[in-house]
Amino acid sequence: MVPLSYYLVLSAILFACGVAGFLIKRNIITIFMSIELMLNAVNLTFVAFAAELRMLSGHVFVFFVMVVAAAEAAVGLAIIISVFRTRETLNVDRVNLLKL
Amino acid sequence: MSLHLWIIPLLPLTGAAINGLLGKRFPKAVVNAIALGSTAAAFAYALWVAVQFMGLRADQIPHIEHYATWMTAGSFTAEYGIYLDQLSLVMLLIVTGVGFLIHIYSVGYMEHEGGYYRYFAYLNIFMFFMLTLILANNYLLMFVGWEGVGLASYLLIGFWFLKDSAANAGKKAFITNRVGDFGFLIALFLLIKHIGSLQYDVVFKALAGYPVEASAGLLTAIGLLMMVGASGKSAQIPLYVWLPDAMEGPTPVSALIHAATMVTAGVYMVARSNAVFNRAPIALMVVAVIGTLTAIFAASIGIVQTDIKKVLAYSTISQLGYMFMGCGVAAYGAGIFHLMTHAFFKALLFLSAGAIIHGIGGDQDMRHMGGLRKYMPKTFWCMTVATFTIAGFPPLAAFFSKDEILWATWASGNHVLWLIGLIAAAMTSFYMFRLWFMTFFGEYRGAPAEDSHHSHDAHGGHGTPHESPMVMIVPLMILAVLSFVGGWVGIPAALGGSDRFDHFLDPVFHSVTAEAAPGGQTTATPAEGRAEHEETSTELLFMAISVGAAALGFFGAWYLYYKRTDLPAKMAHAAGGLYTFVLDKYKVDEFYGAVIIRPIVLASTNILWKGIDATLIDGAVNESAAGAQDVSDGVRQMQSGNIRSYAGWVAFGAAVVIAFMVWKGVR
Repeated sequence: MVPLSYYLVLSAILFACGVAGFLIKRNIITIFMSIELMLNAVNLTFVAFAAELRMLSGHVFVFFVMVVAAAEAAVGLAIIISVFRTRETLNVDRVNLLKL
Repeated sequence: MSLHLWIIPLLPLTGAAINGLLGKRFPKAVVNAIALGSTAAAFAYALWVAVQFMGLRADQIPHIEHYATWMTAGSFTAEYGIYLDQLSLVMLLIVTGVGFLIHIYSVGYMEHEGGYYRYFAYLNIFMFFMLTLILANNYLLMFVGWEGVGLASYLLIGFWFLKDSAANAGKKAFITNRVGDFGFLIALFLLIKHIGSLQYDVVFKALAGYPVEASAGLLTAIGLLMMVGASGKSAQIPLYVWLPDAMEGPTPVSALIHAATMVTAGVYMVARSNAVFNRAPIALMVVAVIGTLTAIFAASIGIVQTDIKKVLAYSTISQLGYMFMGCGVAAYGAGIFHLMTHAFFKALLFLSAGAIIHGIGGDQDMRHMGGLRKYMPKTFWCMTVATFTIAGFPPLAAFFSKDEILWATWASGNHVLWLIGLIAAAMTSFYMFRLWFMTFFGEYRGAPAEDSHHSHDAHGGHGTPHESPMVMIVPLMILAVLSFVGGWVGIPAALGGSDRFDHFLDPVFHSVTAEAAPGGQTTATPAEGRAEHEETSTELLFMAISVGAAALGFFGAWYLYYKRTDLPAKMAHAAGGLYTFVLDKYKVDEFYGAVIIRPIVLASTNILWKGIDATLIDGAVNESAAGAQDVSDGVRQMQSGNIRSYAGWVAFGAAVVIAFMVWKGVR
């Protein structure tokens, strides 16, 4: 049996990768993917604890996260398409109409 | 029985409201109808009231009407109410009567002026406040009228407000009056503190319990502070400086406000407060001295003035001085008597002067007049009556009133004041006949019209001098008749009369005293002391002396300004510096300017304006605004509009929270 700490460390690494990608990438699609990565890192933690503690609620929570993530992906991609149509770019640094 | 006296002040107020708010759209005839109608109604009602008043029993006088409570503060109450006794009845008839005549005259005089409706609205509002002042049944309501007439005076002096000198004169009048009002207010505060009321009946009754103050005490202080107020409103030394400048207003205004009615408010107030002054001989003496000094001081300035209205203005100050002189020797009846005759003849003088100015196209300089007798005979005759009466020739009105004051002064033992008053009377006669000769005799010296561009009352060029329209002449004639016969109500006993005017007013000035001294001695007022040693033959002698002084003035003026018209210039040249000193009004304005106004202006500019207002208050506001802006400038940098920097802040924030939790958790 793989110890719990392994899962947690993997999850932390994945989450850190997500954060790093979120911060340094310019392409909005990549940023979006980084968000998904972070969500899944959290999911991994949930299922790891659920298996360890033998409790079902962790699994259930993961399903909820997946549903939300799917919905978010649908809305987010729609926004991205809309942004691309108007701005003709996917570079977030150039989507800065709110800037003073 | 209620006489519904509130109607009287309300009538002109209604006129003012209608004309002032809507008058702009009315044709002149409607404005006239409203303004004159409301004043005429007030006068008619006042006459009716006078008739009713005569039917009152002695114990029904004063007739007091209470309408509503104005304010209550602790035990102090002020109310809306009216106090009608002989004194306020006389004032009421003077104000409404003379006021109505001047309204009529104004229709002719102001015909060519802009702001016609505004003028009449102001005039009516003046009437309202003046009537409030004289009819009020307490000092506080009187003070409302007192301030209100000041406001109306300010508005009317500055009627031609586009002209700098008029606007400044208005300000000067208002501010000078504020100085006096300050004294009056303090007097009222003292009354509230020590008597607890400002209702006339309560105050007078309470004062009856006070003894005559041998040395300066509470009543002396109140009296002196009241005199400060009176000297502001009635243009006495040292606050008289505003009145000559007030001549910037239209001439009918000078006649109504700055000669006949408003400026007498101070005299009225002193007479009304006789219960205070009778118990404060020191204050009374100050009143007499100030009055006498003002009388001769202003008369001496009047001698050298060349502006016809300025001469009359100084003459007004001088005559007001006489009234205070009369009040100051406790001869209040004589003071009020002179107030009444003065209202007639000074209104007549000003209105005649206005007719002259109107007739020659706006010039006010007497050196440009002369020979006007031919051109405006009616004005000439009215002016002649006025001149002879102010000079004090019998049997015209002012002879009786002025002589009564002089006689009362002598009889009270103030022989020096009497002498000064007599000299001032001679000077009055001199400068008035100087005006008369310069204006109506000799040859017309004015330019044949056109050059009215620097005139005060710009009526445009008229060609040769001409008589004024009937609407102006009729009020003159009525006033001339009044100036002639007005004194006959007070013919002294020494001349076979019965001194009816004095006896009519007597209850006002004696009733309280009688209550004060049921035993009949101890608190004898100076007035009562005076009445006892009047001797007919001496009084006749003094009348002869007064007439002699008037005649002296007449012949002096006749010699210098009719017979030898070259002499005055030579004399002025010979007098040199003294002449210019007097011509510059003794440099009093310059003195006040240097000693009072300049330091105040400098201190206000440098400390209050630039120091406190601009630096401290504005500085605090501006600095806090600038500080907020600086902080915002810094914080604004976070709001870059760059998505990744927002993400960075989110991540940073999360990291901080986690770090904090970890650090906490370790403990």
